[in-house]
Amino acid sequence: MTTTDHPFSAETLRIDPEQETARITASLTHYLAQTRRRGAVVALSGGIDSSVVAALCVRAFGPERVFGLHMPEKESSDDTLVFSRQVSEAFGIDSELEEISAILEAAGCYRRRDDAIRLIMPEYGPGYRSKIVLPSVVDSDAFRLYSVVVQAPDGTTTQHRLTTEAYLGIVAATNFKQRVRKMLEYHHADRLNYVATGTPNRLEYDQGFFVKLGDGAADVKPIAHLYKSQVYQLAEYLGVPADVRNRPSTTDTYSMPQSQEEFYFSLPHQRMDLCLYGKNNDVPIEQVAEACALSVEQVKRVYRDIDQKRSTTKYLHLPPVLAVEVPEISHNLR
Amino acid sequence: MEQQVRSRIISFIVSNFLFGDESRSPRDDESLLESGILDSTGILELIQFLETDFGIEVADSDTVPDNLGTVANLTRFVLARTADGLPSA
Repeated sequence: MTTTDHPFSAETLRIDPEQETARITASLTHYLAQTRRRGAVVALSGGIDSSVVAALCVRAFGPERVFGLHMPEKESSDDTLVFSRQVSEAFGIDSELEEISAILEAAGCYRRRDDAIRLIMPEYGPGYRSKIVLPSVVDSDAFRLYSVVVQAPDGTTTQHRLTTEAYLGIVAATNFKQRVRKMLEYHHADRLNYVATGTPNRLEYDQGFFVKLGDGAADVKPIAHLYKSQVYQLAEYLGVPADVRNRPSTTDTYSMPQSQEEFYFSLPHQRMDLCLYGKNNDVPIEQVAEACALSVEQVKRVYRDIDQKRSTTKYLHLPPVLAVEVPEISHNLR
Repeated sequence: MEQQVRSRIISFIVSNFLFGDESRSPRDDESLLESGILDSTGILELIQFLETDFGIEVADSDTVPDNLGTVANLTRFVLARTADGLPSA
């Protein structure tokens, strides 16, 4: 894996996209045959992951058996729908627009979130925008505490450390967005006798960057084993539109623009991939540090953060626990 | 005083994070994060406990393992910030 001839670098994560596509599509068709479903629903966010999953489903089942959903809400970025439509058009799949703001309003998503922000900033209200951020992990050993960044109507921006109640309240409210989308995906999956797809890449899956019973819920997760840079390689091979491939990663969850690094990951995805791969595969830490242009101490901090996220989010991966096993019911396909 | 502070900290950890299971009570020098007792939400709760129970202010720059990472560090941190004596429990 790492020798003096081939030092550890982004090249180490290079895959054969044709072979990888064949492997994934074989798995998808096998699953559909086993579950007697007829196709797949893909929620299209206009981001790289859902676009690649849509492309893989098209390869596996044909475009007539893939159904796309565009589900923006009033706080989504303006280009979300533009990009997601580019994807459905590029792959020739049927799709539908489900604007979810009204459902979110009815569920109290925005009101509950704003109430939680007001716990620490009483003047927060109409015209204000916000996002949650984390400090950098590489620059210090300090615990990473969530803050809310608030932009007032006059454009001034302030940052406030969150209390437990405010943090949990904001997250619980915004999680409605992912859960409403998944509810609609399953509605269309039921209507069409399709499966619902999940679109996490390996960074997201490993580090618990998903909402339980929201975007974490799915029948199949075709790219959960792929590092993000490998998803980009597949995207190019599968013909995902260049605009989508060049779009920066975003959570598209808060009313202010928010990168995934600000909210969750310690580093931009290229370097996060290298750290996670290096940790998983016991690459000498000096080589990981050199490949990431970080010090060994900084890589150690990233590793600690990886372990902490695995520990914190373990619960998200767990199936419901029964007090007593029911042996007649199996979780295996056969 | 030191023992009193340590007891209050351990009592909070055991009741809040370990559901009263004293057999898992952390050693003085045991990392609360690495032992899995604290997660990111737990750190927020711990800070809130320090601020409300001991009446001290925990600044962002204070939130490092050397201050909050173990029972011993927490005890030392609280004692340094409560030089005038403990508020009543």
